[in-house]
Amino acid sequence: IATEATFDYHPYKLHHLDEGPATSTTLTRDEGLRLYHQMVTVRRMETAAANLYKEKAIRGFCHLCSGQEAIYSGLVAGMRSQDSVITSYRAHGFTYVMGIPVLGVLSELTGKKSGVVRGKGGSMHMYAKNFYGGNGIVGAQVPLGAGIAFAHKYKGDGGVNFSLYGDGAASQGQIAEAFNMARLWNLPAVFICENNHYGMGTSEDRHSASTEFYKRGDYIPGIHVDGMDILAVREAARFAIDYCSVQEKGPLVFEISTYRYHGHSMSDPGTSYRTRDEVQEVRQTRDPITGFRDRLVGAELAEVSELKAIEIEVKKAVDADVKKAKADGQIGEEELFYDIYENNLGGKIRGIAPWDKHEHKKTQTAINL
Amino acid sequence: MALDEELARDDKVFIMGEEVAQYDGAYKVTRGLWKKYGDKRVIDTPITEMGFTGMAVGAAFNNLRPILEFMTFNFSMQAIDQVINSAAKTFYMSGGTVNVPIVFRGPNGCAKGVAAQHSQCFAAWYAHCPGLKVISPYDSEDCKGLLKAAVRDPDPVVFLENELLYGVAFDVDDKVMEPDFLLPIGKAKIQRAGTDVTLVAHSIGVQFALDAAIELAKEGISCEVINLRSIRPLDMDTVNESIKKTNHCITVEGGWPQHGVGAEVSACVAEGPAFHYLDAPVIRICGVDAPMPYAQAAEAAATPQPHNISTAVKRMLGKQ
Repeated sequence: IATEATFDYHPYKLHHLDEGPATSTTLTRDEGLRLYHQMVTVRRMETAAANLYKEKAIRGFCHLCSGQEAIYSGLVAGMRSQDSVITSYRAHGFTYVMGIPVLGVLSELTGKKSGVVRGKGGSMHMYAKNFYGGNGIVGAQVPLGAGIAFAHKYKGDGGVNFSLYGDGAASQGQIAEAFNMARLWNLPAVFICENNHYGMGTSEDRHSASTEFYKRGDYIPGIHVDGMDILAVREAARFAIDYCSVQEKGPLVFEISTYRYHGHSMSDPGTSYRTRDEVQEVRQTRDPITGFRDRLVGAELAEVSELKAIEIEVKKAVDADVKKAKADGQIGEEELFYDIYENNLGGKIRGIAPWDKHEHKKTQTAINL
Repeated sequence: MALDEELARDDKVFIMGEEVAQYDGAYKVTRGLWKKYGDKRVIDTPITEMGFTGMAVGAAFNNLRPILEFMTFNFSMQAIDQVINSAAKTFYMSGGTVNVPIVFRGPNGCAKGVAAQHSQCFAAWYAHCPGLKVISPYDSEDCKGLLKAAVRDPDPVVFLENELLYGVAFDVDDKVMEPDFLLPIGKAKIQRAGTDVTLVAHSIGVQFALDAAIELAKEGISCEVINLRSIRPLDMDTVNESIKKTNHCITVEGGWPQHGVGAEVSACVAEGPAFHYLDAPVIRICGVDAPMPYAQAAEAAATPQPHNISTAVKRMLGKQ
């Protein structure tokens, strides 16, 4: 068993850049096992979420990210403690890799007290230190991300913000607005089109006049990244940090090509606008977890048996969290009226009838101040 | 002056908006600030409201205290998703873990000669949404004390200045000129004490109510004029106490009648402790239920003037 190995991968496609991220990288055995564990956990967590949804333990919207794991693990593996992330409604994977335990995610989905925001946010609204959420409004997180980047620059903390949006959101007007200001003000902002090739059920060639999303920044340099390869994603993140923060050269646009196995959301079987064969083919030939496993084993960084053991351990842990997420209680009705304001100045909060008056309380400490 | 003092006080505070820096502000509210504080603290934006509003909210997520100027609140509709969905709701959605200390400010209300798209009041629109605080100041004292309080407040605040009052000078006490002069958000002010009828107004409506009160005083009718100052939270305690004394209530505003500020005050009175003190139903004096016309006479007839208020008072008191 080796302690370190070097990997080569496909070159990136570049837009207005002479040089892109390195096309070869070294990986230690420890880091490899950690990343494998993380991706397997996200996959397992999403499978658990799908099952919970089918059991009707999860309500409303539920957008799963299975197939897209290498983006979350790869980016965060390249990030430093001062960098930040904001993403779309497909937020479970990032929430976990940004530091919230599986139970925090699953309990949030089941609307329980042990949820990351006590069941008040649900699938699309989870937060962690340096992670400014899932946002349920398509595209709205991109100007927010540019603003987070603005604050990194204003405070001089050296941080870079990564804001993610889908290919469907890429044509939102406010994204073009954010690009313009980020370039104008040279912000440390990385705009990432997480291209899973379908905006809900509309394929990219039916919703976008140009499907080269890494060129959508026009005057902002862009990079096309293979999102099924965690090492390529990690190296792209490192490149971005050097470019935006160390060299202070302003924003970048990434297109990270990926695939989602589930439908757009749990209400979409995901089969009317694409074939089962297409999904199967991606699973068999380009799956980010299988691909990474083959690499770890091929380079003798890990043995099949220990990777198998990780899978079994993760399954056990996630199953235990599922039980807890189902068994835990919901917040009391009184909490409906908490945390509306940091500093409530209006006295009691009105309920359904005029004589219903409820105490307002603040329950948690801010993570962003 | 409030902006200058708050910029000086806290370096996390910055101003962003269209023409706020080199142009000195479309309405000159930010005059001189760019020269004094420079490009970092006073920032001109492109004409892209949705984008720069989202950016300002994002900056507030990441521990700054933005003051975002809308050139007029009419343009804030381009960005209303970021105000409501990103600014107002994030603290709640995050279970109280992500604070959004931002001020959205700019001229609001009916202006003159600019027709329907540039002339309306947004107080009711924003006050509808929990998570926001909404302030509608009347005079210089209000503007200074409440804007400073808004900048220091940890929650998102919509601060609705009145376009027509920008050109009006008000006398102020010496204490208002002090750098730490603050007014409490959520408290109304009795702008003029009276005994016969309560006039509940905000913004330029306070001026019209005061003018009507002066005229009515000559006829022996005593009006109590309440300047709401804050639309959310709404200080119904002050309104109710006044009604218990006067037994009559008329609301005054420039906005439209349906679901307006007056409608809310009226409903709160009906649901509250002062209802049984009323000798007549509460009535709303407000903008007409139509978009704003351009022609001068039609425009003048579209929003309440002092004589509309006087007539309403006399009618309510049976003195006509």
